This record gives sequence, structure tokens and C-alpha cells, in this order.
Amino acid sequence: MEAKKEEKCSTRSSFWVWVTASVIFRLILVYFHKNLNLSSRPEVSTPLTSIRRLAEGYWLKQSSMSPYAGSMYHGSPLLLSLLGPLTVQRIQGQPNHLLCSLLFVLADVVSAVLIRATGQKLQTAYSQSLKLLELDNLLRSSETLSSGDVASLVYLWNPFTIVACVGLSTSPIENLAIILSLYGACTRLPSLAAFGWVVATHLSLYPAVLIVPLIFLLGYGLDAPPRKLFVQRRHGKGGDNPSSGSSCQQEELLNQSKPPLTFSWKPVMHFLFWASVWSVYVLALCSLSVKQKGGLWEMFESTYGFILTVEDLSPNMGVLWYFFAEVFDFFRNFFLIVFHMNILFMILPLAIRLNHRPCFLAFVYIMISSMLKSYPSVGDLALCLGLFGLFIFELADMQFSFFLFCGYVGVSLLSPVMHNLWIWRGTGNANFYYATAMAFACFQIVLVVQSTSAMLNHDRKLRKLSVTKP
Amino acid sequence: MTFSHSKSTVGVTQSMASRVLRLLIVCQLLYSTIAFGSVLDIDKEEEEFSEELLLKPLPDRKVLAHFHFQSTAPPSTSFGRHHHLFPKPISQLVKKFRVKEMELSFTQGRWRYEQWGGFDPISSNNAKPPGVELWAVFDVPRSQVDASWKNLTHALSGLFCASINFLESSTTYSAPEWAFRPDLGNLRYGTLPREAVCTENLTPWLKLLPCRDKAGLSALMDRPSIYRGFYHSQRLHLTLTGSSSEEVDSGIVLEQTLTVVLQPSSWRTGKSYVDKAHSQPSWSISSIFGRKVGGKCVLAKSSNVYLQFEKGLVGELKNLQKENANPETNKLASKVFLSNLSFDLSVNPDKVFEEVDNFHSKSTSILYEFSVEKYNDSHPLDLGLTWKIPVFWSCQQAPLHASRFLMGSGNERGAIAIYLRSTELSEGLKKSDIVDQSCELRVNVFQVVPWYIKVYYHTLQVFVNQQSRAVADIIEKIHVSPSKDKTSPGVMELILKLPCGLESAAINLEFDKGFLHIDEYPPDANQGFDIPAAVISYPDFHVSMHFSEDGSLDKSPMFSKFEEKSLVLSYTEILLVPLTTPDFSMPYNVITITCTVFALYFGSLLNVLQKRVGEEERFLKSNAGRKTGKLSQLLSKFSTKLRGKPREPQPSTAVSSSFVSFKLILKILLVAGIAICWQYYFG
Repeated sequence: MEAKKEEKCSTRSSFWVWVTASVIFRLILVYFHKNLNLSSRPEVSTPLTSIRRLAEGYWLKQSSMSPYAGSMYHGSPLLLSLLGPLTVQRIQGQPNHLLCSLLFVLADVVSAVLIRATGQKLQTAYSQSLKLLELDNLLRSSETLSSGDVASLVYLWNPFTIVACVGLSTSPIENLAIILSLYGACTRLPSLAAFGWVVATHLSLYPAVLIVPLIFLLGYGLDAPPRKLFVQRRHGKGGDNPSSGSSCQQEELLNQSKPPLTFSWKPVMHFLFWASVWSVYVLALCSLSVKQKGGLWEMFESTYGFILTVEDLSPNMGVLWYFFAEVFDFFRNFFLIVFHMNILFMILPLAIRLNHRPCFLAFVYIMISSMLKSYPSVGDLALCLGLFGLFIFELADMQFSFFLFCGYVGVSLLSPVMHNLWIWRGTGNANFYYATAMAFACFQIVLVVQSTSAMLNHDRKLRKLSVTKP
Repeated sequence: MTFSHSKSTVGVTQSMASRVLRLLIVCQLLYSTIAFGSVLDIDKEEEEFSEELLLKPLPDRKVLAHFHFQSTAPPSTSFGRHHHLFPKPISQLVKKFRVKEMELSFTQGRWRYEQWGGFDPISSNNAKPPGVELWAVFDVPRSQVDASWKNLTHALSGLFCASINFLESSTTYSAPEWAFRPDLGNLRYGTLPREAVCTENLTPWLKLLPCRDKAGLSALMDRPSIYRGFYHSQRLHLTLTGSSSEEVDSGIVLEQTLTVVLQPSSWRTGKSYVDKAHSQPSWSISSIFGRKVGGKCVLAKSSNVYLQFEKGLVGELKNLQKENANPETNKLASKVFLSNLSFDLSVNPDKVFEEVDNFHSKSTSILYEFSVEKYNDSHPLDLGLTWKIPVFWSCQQAPLHASRFLMGSGNERGAIAIYLRSTELSEGLKKSDIVDQSCELRVNVFQVVPWYIKVYYHTLQVFVNQQSRAVADIIEKIHVSPSKDKTSPGVMELILKLPCGLESAAINLEFDKGFLHIDEYPPDANQGFDIPAAVISYPDFHVSMHFSEDGSLDKSPMFSKFEEKSLVLSYTEILLVPLTTPDFSMPYNVITITCTVFALYFGSLLNVLQKRVGEEERFLKSNAGRKTGKLSQLLSKFSTKLRGKPREPQPSTAVSSSFVSFKLILKILLVAGIAICWQYYFG
């Protein structure tokens, strides 16, 4: 026991060492920000997350115009009042955007800590449910490493996260809101979950689909093997030997921390109530800040409207920009609907199949929207890969993981090269960069499909083990 | 006549005499109906036309020729009036679109402010940016201004054979508030920097003149020699005059100018200079235009040719005279100033005027007038200027010389910089003019940027004498209307407040280059896109040119125009911005590849979700077998009874196949049912 505790202490301390190291690394990069010129990379700053556009919006607001006058700023007015002053304030002898960078570093660290806490919750739930299913031997491998630590370190040390943070895109804050909502749902705090969800939806619209996993999280509890297994096991136990002492103990344990087999409506109702409260609150704040100029409708038009109509055709990592630059005008609306529907179509099948694993469901949703959204950036990918770390034990048998790793590395190296060839040197053309975007989309698809199938296989394995076990 | 009210009786009798003379000529040449018409209208104010040509040697061995035609239609009460001289299309335009003031210019070449001057009425009124520039003020409610503008562009496009109709799109025109022209409300301003200007634009412009190019000064416009020049700007400016009451149609003043800068071909003078390369070339009207003035346009009230020697040149000539000649001739020369040592005029001028200078500078410009009335086809006017000694001078310049350039490389982003440099000639003027006031030089900047140049206005930087200064210290007033994608261009209006001892000032704006849809690129997409010229003006400086109050010159519409105080204004260069292009040849490839990726995503994910493996499959099968066995047996029984054959035991494979077929039938029935329902409810 003592040794175990010491080990835990040492892992904990090493975790914090790594966290501080990552912060220091970021600060070093912040100081060399000028030379890196990350904030103008198309992979880092999209029209939605670019800090330059935010500064322009703040300037417009300061000169008593609507921040949405012109088509520069498309973010939230709340973010504008939060980050706007920081873009203007300068400290003598320090980099221009130091305060902003510090805020983003802080957001990254907080998200990492929240991911860790979520991971720990998930892990305890996982080990409990395995114990219930008497599959303790599976746990042995997972004892040594905590998936929360892994996930948060993956999030912190992921080059994509670092680039998004140092490149001054606002995605760290959006990610923080999403993680906050997941954390709130995992710790069964409906108000926190609702707050995170409302803010995330307000900032970037796509997290709206997370309402499904959040409701499952609150209604069914944390990720667990399929509920059918528990029912079977309980029935099996009850039929075999109801009077034995060990089974009594089991019963007690079951009663103490059994995963709720039925959907509990109370936290969900709380969540919905809080969500409406927070959204009214956020909308009221927004309308206060845009009251003099264009009003809420203008805000919706130039934030959500801008996201949904893909007006800006500047190149990014996604698949939509080149498509809409080339597609014939009379098909434009049709394809807009088709592409956005592709995100929505998958909600129901995934929700049916993965309803016992809401966290994983949230991961898949985030992954899909980060792949198909109109202005994706590395910040979204960073969040996906960070959440991916939460499920390393379940997804241990995933196929093509090495291929995927190589693919991500290859694409992230090739994409700047192709961009440079096309935009700066003029020796390549748009197809070069588009090809990397396509390859990237393919890797994302493979990751989504393989991780889903690995998770389903894992459930199958558990069922097989629990069925074959007497 | 408009001026006869205010003039002395002498002037009236003079004008009457000239009118009678002109009437006689008109009677001789034209049909009597027109003559009767003008006889009937003789007591009223009547339409007038006048033609003038100003020639001016420029310091860089070129000659400026400025044609000025003015037609006026007085205010009248009759609706649908008949015009004698005034072009009908213009009056219809004014009536229909309720234009209060309008200016349209077609320009080729760039006015060189440093060599050709930037501080005289010609450069501030007639130097225009390349391509087409149109601005108009409307007398309609604010909400209808845009509609009027659109109609006006179409009408002008048809009238002048130019693609002015492209100014219809809201991305090309803007509504400047104060920096372009002060005190105007319903102003719209648009430019087409890439419009090619040629004879097809000149011909309709000439058609508005009563004599076209058949007689008078416009007959000089030999197309090859005009378009061979370094600068060519044809301009049409109309203003409303007179009453603004409902019943009376207000009068219209239509001012048509053609400003050309030509290089005189080397005209034999018989004299050779030591430094031939830098000396002023001698020229004559026939050498620069290839034609001579064969009399006036008979319909014109006045027809004059002027030769102007500007301040710098006159000062230089006086200096030369002081050096060379004895003081007695110098005294004489002050009035006569003809055929002296330095130059020769081939024709003796009718009158000589001297500019009335307000600034007490040491020399003033001199104007020679040549009346065309004396000349006819057999005895044409061929004004020639022969230089005897080399003369060097420089033009008077605007307080600052403005130029604009792009910074940065690559097709992602860049910066626009406007660089203002102090000019030598304005130093003295600045000292004399502003010493008593607080020492500030105010500069208006008006810049329109198309929407695909996404300017970050917060990156505005100001440099004075190459040192960065706080924006708030230098910029007195700023108005920005940022560009909206595919809707409106970005407009920036600034008033800079510069210290007057400055050497240079620069303002700098960063921008991102936009990416357009494949259809939005012009056919020659790789040539780049033009940013229209910025307008730099100096609100504290006005130019006007007063020549001696001799009375007789006041009749000249051109010089009455020059006497009006006009803002010192200059245009910067047009910028050419290359934008990245997508691959124009592959819309189909892009559509198919992208859709394939989407199909891959959708198909494979759905496949994973509904796939069942191994024992699940078997379990389902056994379940299905148990359940459907009875049904299939019943079915087979039924079928054998129908066929009348003895029932034979089916193999297990047949069970599944019949089950499949049963499922198929069910599906078909379901679809048919849905279709029927659909038909029933929505058909």
C-alpha cells in the first residue's frame, strides 16, 4: 500500500513538473513570437479565431462603430470585451501581445487540469464497472498509468495545442469552454455543464451538438460497458446462489455504486434549466454590448451566419474553402445544406450505438465537427487529440494507429510547405494545398472510424469475457 | 446673357454688336429657322457656347494643351424645351436623374505633379487618375441616391461608349463624407482604374459640341497626335445654376475639357544650341497637332487661343533679361515682353495679361491671347514658339508630394503606404502663409479600397520624418467605413495634422488579400487587381489665378473658372495588387474529390456503426431462423397448395432465401404504401 502511495505521489509530482515545463516552453515561444510569425498561418488563425481580426473589431468598437461593420470580426462580442483591451495594452519592452498570450497559456493549463480531473473520474468509473463485471484482470494494465494524466499531458504537449496557443488564436478559450462543460457533466454539476455548453456554443456554434452526450452523461452517468451486461450479470448472480456471503457483499457494492441502469431525469432537467438560464444571461450580455450598433440580429448574422454560409474562401485545413471557391453559384446553397447535414446526420446513429459511453460520444462529435466545420484550425484538432488520450485503455486495440500518427506528422509538415509554394513562391498552385487538406480530412476520417470501431470492439470483448466467465 | 446684368453699358453694347455679327454669320451658314428662333429669343438669356485653348510650355520639354468648351443653358420655365446649342442628352440626363453636379473623366497616363506642376487650377481640376472617374451629387432623397446613381451609370455608359455601367455594383462606388469634396451630401464616387480610353470615348464627347470636330478649335484634335501624348484626360463637368424653385428648370453649365500633354516633335528652327538635349524645343500648333486652326466655330460666342508662361518661367526669363540686356529695354519689356531675346512668337498676340498676385512673389505668370475670329481656312492660325536660348525652370508645386506604394511580398498579405514628401517650392509659401497661424499643415486623405483587399485599420501607423508617431497626435479626424465582403468597398477619410517643418510623412496600413470565387476573377486574373488612386488634398490651400482686371478677359469662361478658388488636390498612383488564383480548370475535379471524401466519411462510419461480427451474426441468424421458420413453412405450404404439387421438404438455404424474398416484398409494399400516402396527401 505504502509503495503504491509513493508511486502515486511521484507520478503526481512528475505530472506537475511536465505541466510547468510546458508552460515554460510556451513562454519561451511567446517571446520569440515575432520570428515564428505563427499568428498569420492559415492553419492557426481562421477568420473566426484570428487575433488580428479581433483587434480590428475592437478598434472599430472603440471608434464607435459596430464591431461587425465590415467583414473583419466574426467572433463573440463577449470575447471582444474580454480580449479586446488586452490586444491594445502593451508593456514596454515586452512582446506586443504578451497579455493575450498569457491568458491563452492560462486557458491551456486550466483545460489540461480539467481534462486530468475528467480522466480520473472516467478511470474510477471504468475500474468500478469492470469490478462489477468481475473482469479485474483487465485492470492490471491500467493501474500503472492514469489516463487523465496521459490525456492532459497529450493536450499540453501536443504541438498543435502549443501552436494554437502561441499563435494567438482564440481556440484555447473555445476548447476551455467545451472541456468545462464535459467536466461539469462528469462531476454531475448541471450548472457548470450548462455554462460550458452555452459559452462554447456561443463562441463557435458547433459544440451545440454536444447537448446529446451531456444529457447522456447526466442521465446515465459516466462511460461504462453496455448496460445489458450489468443486467445479465445481476440476473445471473441472482439465479445462481442468492444466499452466499460473497454475493451479499457484491450486492452491497452494486447498490452502492451501480451505474444507473435507468435514465435519471432530474439532473437532465436541472441541466436544461441552467442552460436556458445561462443562454438568456449570455444573450443579455451580448445585447448589452452590441445594443448601440447593430443589435443581436447583426451579431447572429455575422457570427453564425458567417459560419454557416462559408463566406470567407481563404485557405484553411478544411475541405470546404476550395470547394466553395470552385463550385457553381447555383449549387452553392444545395451543397451548403448537404455539408452541414453531414454533421447532423451522424448524431442519431452515434447516439444510439454509443449511448453508454457519453464521453466517447462527445469525443466523436467534436472530432466530426472539427473535420467538417467551415473554418477548422489546429486548435480543434488539439482538443480532439487531447480527448482521445482519455480513452487510451479502451482504444488500445485500435488499428492503423501508427499509420495515422505518420499521416498527421506528414500532413502537418507538408501543409506549410505547400502553402508556401502556392502563396509565397508562386511555383505551386491551389491544388497543392488542397491536396494536403484532403489528405488531412482522410486521416481524420480514418481516426474517427477506427476509434469508433475500436470502442465497439472493446465493448464486444467485455461482453464476451463476461458471458464466458461463469 | 448671364453676365450682361452686372456689366456696364459699354459691355452690353459690345456684346450686342458681337451678337448681331454672329447672327449674320449664322444666317449665312445655317437654315433660317434656327436664326428666327434666336431672333425671337434675343431679349431673353440664351444658350451660349465658347471654346478656348490654353497652351503652356512645361519644364520637361513638353507642351500642355488644355481645350475648354463651355455650353450653358439658362434657367427656363418651359418643359421639354428645345435646345439650340446645348446638347440635349445632357439636359435629359440632368432632368431625369436630378443630378446637381457631376464630373466624368477619362484619362490615360499619369499627371506628373513634380514636373508639370501641382499648385495651379489645371493640375487641381484637370489632373485625374487613370481610367474613368465619376462622381455625382444628386438632388433626391437619401434613400434614392443609390438607385439614381445606378441609372446614371447606365445612361453614361451608353452615352460615352465606355464600361461605366460597372460602377453600378455597390462594390465599386462609395459615398465619401468630407474628404473628397467638402460640403456635399448626396455624393457618390466611383472609379474604374483599368478602363482603356480611346477614340470611341472621344467621339461621343465631341458630339456634344455644336461644331463637333468639324470647325473651330476642336478641329485641332487629330486623333493620332492626341493619343500619342504622355497624358490625356477628357473631362465633362456639369453644374446646375440659377433658381431651385419647382416651376423653373435650373440652368446647366456644361464644361468639357480635354487636357493633353504632348511632346513637340523637333521643329526646325535653324538655330543649334550647345546643349540640345536639355533645351526647350520650339514648337507650333501645326507641329504638335498636325493641323492648324482654321477659324472659329461659328456657333461659339468666343473662340480664343491662349499661351501661358507660368511664374517660374517668367522669373527665369526676367533674370536672363537682366543679365543680358541693358536696363532701358528691361523697363520696356515689363509691358510688352514680346519677341525679346529669349523667345519668338510667330503670331503677334492680341492682348497680354499679367497675373494679379496676392502673395507678392517676385514674378507673375503672363498670358498671351490670340483671338481666332481673325483667321479662316485660307489664313489659318499657326501659333509657334521659338526659343532662342535654353531656359530652365520648375513648376509650382503642391505643399507635399504624395506617392503611394505597396509593401510586402507574397500573396497573403501586404501593406499600403502613402508617402508625403515636402517640396522645395512650397517652402517659401509655407513660411509666408502660415507663420502667423499656428504652424500646422493639414492634409486630407481619401482612399477607397476594394473589398478583396481586407484592410486592418487598427494597424494604421504614422511616421513623421521617419519616426513613428502616435496616431492620435497626427490624425485630427478619421472616418472609416470598413469593407463588407462582396457588398461594399472600404473607405478611409483622414485629416492629418502635420507639423509644417516636416521633411516627410508616411501612413501605413496593413491588409490581407482576399480569396475570390472562381467567377469573380476577371479573364486576365493573373494580371492583378487595381486599387483606385487615393485623393490627397490640402484644405488650407486654395488656388486661383487672377489675371489683370481688364474686363475683356472676364468674358472667358475658362479664366472665370480659374478665378474660382479651388482646393489643391492631387491623386496618387493606382496600385496593382496580384491576388492568388485558384485552379480555374478544375471545378469538376474539386467537386468530385470533395464529395468522395464526404462519402468516405459517411459510408465508413455508418458501416462501422451497423456492423455486427462473429457470434452476434450467428445469434441473430438463429433467432431469425426460429422466428421466421413457421412463417416460411406456412408460405411454402400455401404455394404448394396453389401449384397443386406435393409439398417437398425445403433445404435450410431455401428458408433463408424465401425469408429474404418475403422481406423484399414487405419493403416494396412499405414503399408503395408511402408513395400512395404521399400521392393522396400531397399530389
